[in-house]
Amino acid sequence: MKTFSYRTATGPADGLEPGAVFLAGGTNLVDLMKLGVATPDALVDVTRLPLGEITDLPGGGLRIGAAVRNSDLAADPRARQAFPLLSQALLAGASGQLRNMATTGGNLLQRTRCRYFMDATKPCNKHTPGSGCPARDGDHRNLAILGGSEACIATHPSDMAVALAALDAIVHVDGPAGPRTIPVTGLHRLPGDRPDRDTVLEHGELITAVDVPALPSATRSAYRKARDRASYAFAVGSVAAALAVTDDGLVSEVRLAWGAVAPRPWRAWRAEERLRGRPATAAEFRAAADAELAAAEPGRDNAYKMELLPRMTTALLERLADREGR
Amino acid sequence: MRLTVNGSEHELDLDPRTTLLDALREHLGLTGAKKGCDHGQCGACTVLLDGRRVNSCLILAIAQQDARVTTIEGLGGHPVQRGFLEHDGFQCGYCTPGQICSAVGMLGEVERGWPSATGDDDPLSDAEIRERMSGNLCRCGAYPNMVPAIREAAGR
Ligand SMILES: Cc1cc2nc3c(=O)[nH]c(=O)nc-3n(C[C@H](O)[C@H](O)[C@H](O)COP(=O)(O)OP(=O)(O)OC[C@H]3O[C@@H](n4cnc5c(N)ncnc54)[C@H](O)[C@@H]3O)c2cc1C
Ligand code: SF4
Ligand code: FES
Ligand code: FES
Repeated sequence: MKTFSYRTATGPADGLEPGAVFLAGGTNLVDLMKLGVATPDALVDVTRLPLGEITDLPGGGLRIGAAVRNSDLAADPRARQAFPLLSQALLAGASGQLRNMATTGGNLLQRTRCRYFMDATKPCNKHTPGSGCPARDGDHRNLAILGGSEACIATHPSDMAVALAALDAIVHVDGPAGPRTIPVTGLHRLPGDRPDRDTVLEHGELITAVDVPALPSATRSAYRKARDRASYAFAVGSVAAALAVTDDGLVSEVRLAWGAVAPRPWRAWRAEERLRGRPATAAEFRAAADAELAAAEPGRDNAYKMELLPRMTTALLERLADREGR
Repeated sequence: MRLTVNGSEHELDLDPRTTLLDALREHLGLTGAKKGCDHGQCGACTVLLDGRRVNSCLILAIAQQDARVTTIEGLGGHPVQRGFLEHDGFQCGYCTPGQICSAVGMLGEVERGWPSATGDDDPLSDAEIRERMSGNLCRCGAYPNMVPAIREAAGR
């Protein structure tokens, strides 16, 4: 590991000196530093800043401080009651130990698990711009079918972020240029020809909180995750959904987001659009998921996601429709 | 830097790169917590930080100067330790300190009403214990005996 200096942050708008990065739980950053993929000159610890609270927003939403630990958010009674998909997504991620360290901000900004990215000795356009992308012809079994580019097909690995995308969460940011807000669906960039830039954040911008606006239909919502073993593994595909159905069986409101298919938590706008006002049936759910995948570009070894995601989506929406008690 | 471990405060002169795991093992002689993967993937390094279970291999010691660290050496005959002995909850023993610290932290989480991904009504059903303990791998596969060991430690 390259040596670095360490200090604690004194204020959210302090910014960062060149070469410095923020340290939160460290569960991704320290790992990447050990691997020689992250080589910061300085760490600025943000866990002592007063960003560790979950507060009510008027109308039933929640403001989640950036330093709130994943385990505390998953267990928060308000989050469990109003946004079950969010609590379920958090509990589906990592392990009890990791969730106790991992923070809201760090979880959103965790980096891809692409094996070439996590190996400093391999070429990779994300860790070394211009060095190439061995994943295209190599191991891309869990990489993107949507939103990738010639330069990079990494997936964003977070579970929590998928639920937040479905919920239209808003990310609060502060820094030397002043505070601003970013919809969580616009936080992560698609790689294009700059896969080294994961997000739209500028150097020194700190995530301070994430707002989850009230969503009445979210009391009937869920998160489903497929993975290679029963627990403690990243998703190979995941679905976050909320659904409301009218008395005559039509979809009145639907939120749908996918994980492990794209460089960002993938909000399935196209599928949602297609479903609104349509009968809440398996055939309609499947057709909507297929429509979302119309633009997909699967590779040799990740085409299974083209079948996995529609199946998971259909099953989850059917379950939510049943729970509506029709 | 300062570290508070099992109730005693230590002054140490450590490189900022030192993980909590290495500080415990290499500098304080507390070799109970084990290094399995060194990347958060196995749980062998589990200790309690202010009572919460964490992977000490992904934590920088310098960031924990205000925390209370509890290692397996500081548990002092905890019911989970007795449960593991009575039920033969181990074979080679390499993962065991991490398993026990994790189980102690996990029982605290159950007491506080924390949910798990399993969502059973009984937070200490077999399926629940397995899910809640999934952050600790055991190469010997000694899982079957750990489950009753942990449940018994919870007084059940
Ligand atoms: C073995 C293992 C299994 C895992 N499994 C899963 C899984 O199944 N699902 C899942 O979703 N995740 C999983 N994770 C990833 C885990 O969720 C992330 O490592 C964690 O959420 C990162 O949070 P942190 O606070 O530790 O971030 P850190 O590691 O401290 O930081 C991550 C990044 O965010 C930046 N950062 C942190 N906070 C802020 C802030 N407030 N503002 C601006 N920048 C900030 C840091 O500079 C760094 O670049 C796993 C991790 C491991 C090691
Ligand atoms: S997919 Fe992206 S992260 Fe993976 S090797 Fe290619 S450029 Fe690197
Ligand atoms: S040594 Fe820390 S999790 Fe494996
Ligand atoms: S008892 Fe040998 S690794 Fe678990």
